[in-house]
Amino acid sequence: MPPLEFAQQLKTKFGPVISEPVEFRGEITLHLSDAGRIAEVGEFAKTVLGFDYLVDVSSVDNYGEDPRWTVVYHLRSLKHGNELRLKTDVSEEKSELPTVMTVWKTANWHEREIYDMMGIRFSGHPDLRRILMWEGYPYFPLRKDFPLAGKPTDLPGVAFTKPAPLEGGPFVTVAGGEDAIHREPRVRTPEE
Amino acid sequence: MATVRDIEIRDSAARAAQAAEELQDSVGEKMVLNMGPSHPATHGVLRIVLELDGEIITKADPDVGYLHRGDEKIAENMTYTQFIPYTDRLDYLAPLANNVAYALAVEKLLGIDRELPPRCQYIRVMCAELARISAHLLGLGAFAMDMGAVTVFLLSFTEREKIYNLAEAISGARFTTSYTRIGGVMRDLPSTWLGQCQQFCDEFIPALNELETLLTRNRIWMDRVRDLAVISREDAINYGLSGPNLRGSGVEWDLRKKQPYLCYPDLEFDIPTGSVGDCYDRYLVRMEEMRQSVRILLQCIKKIPGGADNKTREPVNVSDGKVVLPPKQKVMTKMEELIHQFILVTQGMNCPPGEVYFGHENPKGELGFYINSRGGGTPYRMKIRSPSFVNLSIIPKIFVGGLISDTVAILGSLDFVMGECDR
Repeated sequence: MPPLEFAQQLKTKFGPVISEPVEFRGEITLHLSDAGRIAEVGEFAKTVLGFDYLVDVSSVDNYGEDPRWTVVYHLRSLKHGNELRLKTDVSEEKSELPTVMTVWKTANWHEREIYDMMGIRFSGHPDLRRILMWEGYPYFPLRKDFPLAGKPTDLPGVAFTKPAPLEGGPFVTVAGGEDAIHREPRVRTPEE
Repeated sequence: MATVRDIEIRDSAARAAQAAEELQDSVGEKMVLNMGPSHPATHGVLRIVLELDGEIITKADPDVGYLHRGDEKIAENMTYTQFIPYTDRLDYLAPLANNVAYALAVEKLLGIDRELPPRCQYIRVMCAELARISAHLLGLGAFAMDMGAVTVFLLSFTEREKIYNLAEAISGARFTTSYTRIGGVMRDLPSTWLGQCQQFCDEFIPALNELETLLTRNRIWMDRVRDLAVISREDAINYGLSGPNLRGSGVEWDLRKKQPYLCYPDLEFDIPTGSVGDCYDRYLVRMEEMRQSVRILLQCIKKIPGGADNKTREPVNVSDGKVVLPPKQKVMTKMEELIHQFILVTQGMNCPPGEVYFGHENPKGELGFYINSRGGGTPYRMKIRSPSFVNLSIIPKIFVGGLISDTVAILGSLDFVMGECDR
């Protein structure tokens, strides 16, 4: 069965909350407009459509746009070999969506990483702690408004908490900023 | 001036009573043991907090992130080409395979992954397979050394040394190769390289046989690793394991076969799978994968277009001047190439807006790059799906109920790299 048919089945089951499938480079992307139903959609995709393998969960910070967060799920079936990408948006005020750990156990660490890096919380996750950064670290470093140079933390006894020297580094910079942080392309809002 | 203190010496009966009391306290109490981050069996900087009841593990909590460098953040701030050296440092036991995986992901975004010249595809396959042998040899050597078999480590490192020599011959670097470029490879193979590779393959199979005689039917080895940390087929899929850890549990899933890329459809090889899913099966799968890699390498040496010295001048890069740096001679003499060179170096290649995920069958499992592009020369967001990170997430499940002395065996059989796990 071609992947578009799976997309169609999801659409018939969940109706208008699932968008029309978008195809790019042979990959099918579906957009779910209600982030609160992600676990339900995942459950259906796993049990009925056979998407038993969750490849990856990642998140995108659409800085300056609303909703700010996009959470991306890569689904795969080891039975029929098809893949599907599910995306859902979460607003900055809410910053929370249900966990899919109930469906795929592998989501545990992926969701902890998203919480650690972006600050999006997953309701129902049994163990939502930081995973790569240390417990008590105050920022979410993959957010677009977190500068590449880093921010100083007042945590005593932790090395390398001063901003890193970026001058002369390999990074793509934007001309005209008064210091290294303002020359980063990422922290610049689109209209600037 | 020293002060004199009274020393309380109690009689033996009182001492015995107190000892009994202390023993009473510790019975039924659980002990928390901190393993790592600096422990030889954790192959880097993995820390596991173990809760023990006597020798039995009742809870295991892996603590990763000691090697976190923010690679995904760095990737957002540089052009696609500039990120290639960072991929060397993901799975630093197989940098060539990481280079290939990353280049293919960006090429998929550009839509040129099916247009790569055949010679380039063969070169990349050979790189990926050499990296697989190298990574498995280290994984095997470290695994066996943790079990006390130091000889295996020494023998496997002798063979790895030859792979490093091959890497040095093609890229100039033994370790951090950065060999691929978006749309091709850094340079064509040196004319003697295929001969060297053939010689390596010829010497490697006897060496591998020798390694097998040391372990595969070794009574001590089998007693130690068989039926240990059995991962069922369902668990392996549910926890998202990939690579030899997934195949060890009997799931026949290999991206080289299931989602073929490069010239893998033209090559013959088998996918070994385990039957039980224990440490022994994972070991056997890796051993067989090395043999299959040699099989692939030998086919590539025969079939590579252009042969050893490339007399027919087969290209190794796509011909699109907006992706690959033009030849230096043309840059100096032609206006268009000069512009291409300038734009590529300062701004990077212009990628279309969109998002792609590409998963590559790396030695440790599926190394995937999710690239979210909004156009231009830098990714808007790049997520690295690292196999070691996902493979380690099963530790709390398989450690519980086991003996503390088995932890090193299980860690060795999972074969992870922290540089890739922590990114």
